[in-house]
Amino acid sequence: MSLSERLHPGLNLAGTDPEGHEAAEETLFGFWIFLMSDLVLFAVLFATYAAMSVQGIAEGPRPAEVFDLTAAFVETLLLLFSSFAFGLAMLEMKYRENRRGVLVWLLLTGLLGAAFVGMELHDYYVMITQHAAPPQASGFLSAYYLLTGTHALHVSSGLVWMVIMAVQVALIGFTTPVKLRLMRLALFWHMLDVVWIGIFTFVYLYGVAS
Amino acid sequence: MPPREIEDEGRERRSYVIGLVLALVLTTGAFAVVGLNLLSGGAALAGLGLLALIQAVVHLRYFLHIDLQRSHRDDLLLILFTVLILLIMVSGTIWILYDQHVRMMP
Repeated sequence: MSLSERLHPGLNLAGTDPEGHEAAEETLFGFWIFLMSDLVLFAVLFATYAAMSVQGIAEGPRPAEVFDLTAAFVETLLLLFSSFAFGLAMLEMKYRENRRGVLVWLLLTGLLGAAFVGMELHDYYVMITQHAAPPQASGFLSAYYLLTGTHALHVSSGLVWMVIMAVQVALIGFTTPVKLRLMRLALFWHMLDVVWIGIFTFVYLYGVAS
Repeated sequence: MPPREIEDEGRERRSYVIGLVLALVLTTGAFAVVGLNLLSGGAALAGLGLLALIQAVVHLRYFLHIDLQRSHRDDLLLILFTVLILLIMVSGTIWILYDQHVRMMP
């Protein structure tokens, strides 16, 4: 059972690249520590939002008046399929080291991610122009833009990272450093999807349900 | 590719597909609860919170490949420690700010 030997979170290289697998343990553990501290950042923003969305409405609109659940659902699907596509890119890297295959899956991942950011920006535009809900209107809206904006910034920097990795895959190929960078980007991308579960549940669904 | 690798790849591919299907079901369920008004009030909030928790575990298990048996102990300990810190900070913040809010009532 080559798969039972798991050294770090995410797809392990055991079975196809023992050397890379060894090298990955420390590097990916370090990145995992960063991800966990990043989660702490999001948790504090969630806590602020939780307080503000109930007690910080002031004269502004309530959550249920400004959120569009259809858009939130589509955004959720975009990010989920993007995460899945990245998983397939990693399988292509691990088992075939096929540049073309990895680049195609990375492109799909990036397009879905970019569509997600685009839809969020459109949401902001609609909220500000049609619902009179800019960030300065109330504590609730300040916390809303801060939380979702921080997430969108993370996704955007993931997209920049993805472009850089696509260039490296095309020019350098699958050396151990390039593989380890792709594996860290995969962890980052999957983790952003986990954070989004919290956002669509506690921001959008809770906002409309309560 | 040697047959063992084909088998391994099939198993790992299945993991991503299972994760995707479960996540789709849970997401659709969560949006259906609100969109179709299946639950209301506190029951809705509790149900949605539970669905989110299950979906987070699904993502960790099938996309990030973390489970209780085969994962590195350090990674798991770090997750559990982070969750502990998160719970203290989030519940503490909400508690204190709610208390302040009540005291500020005219």
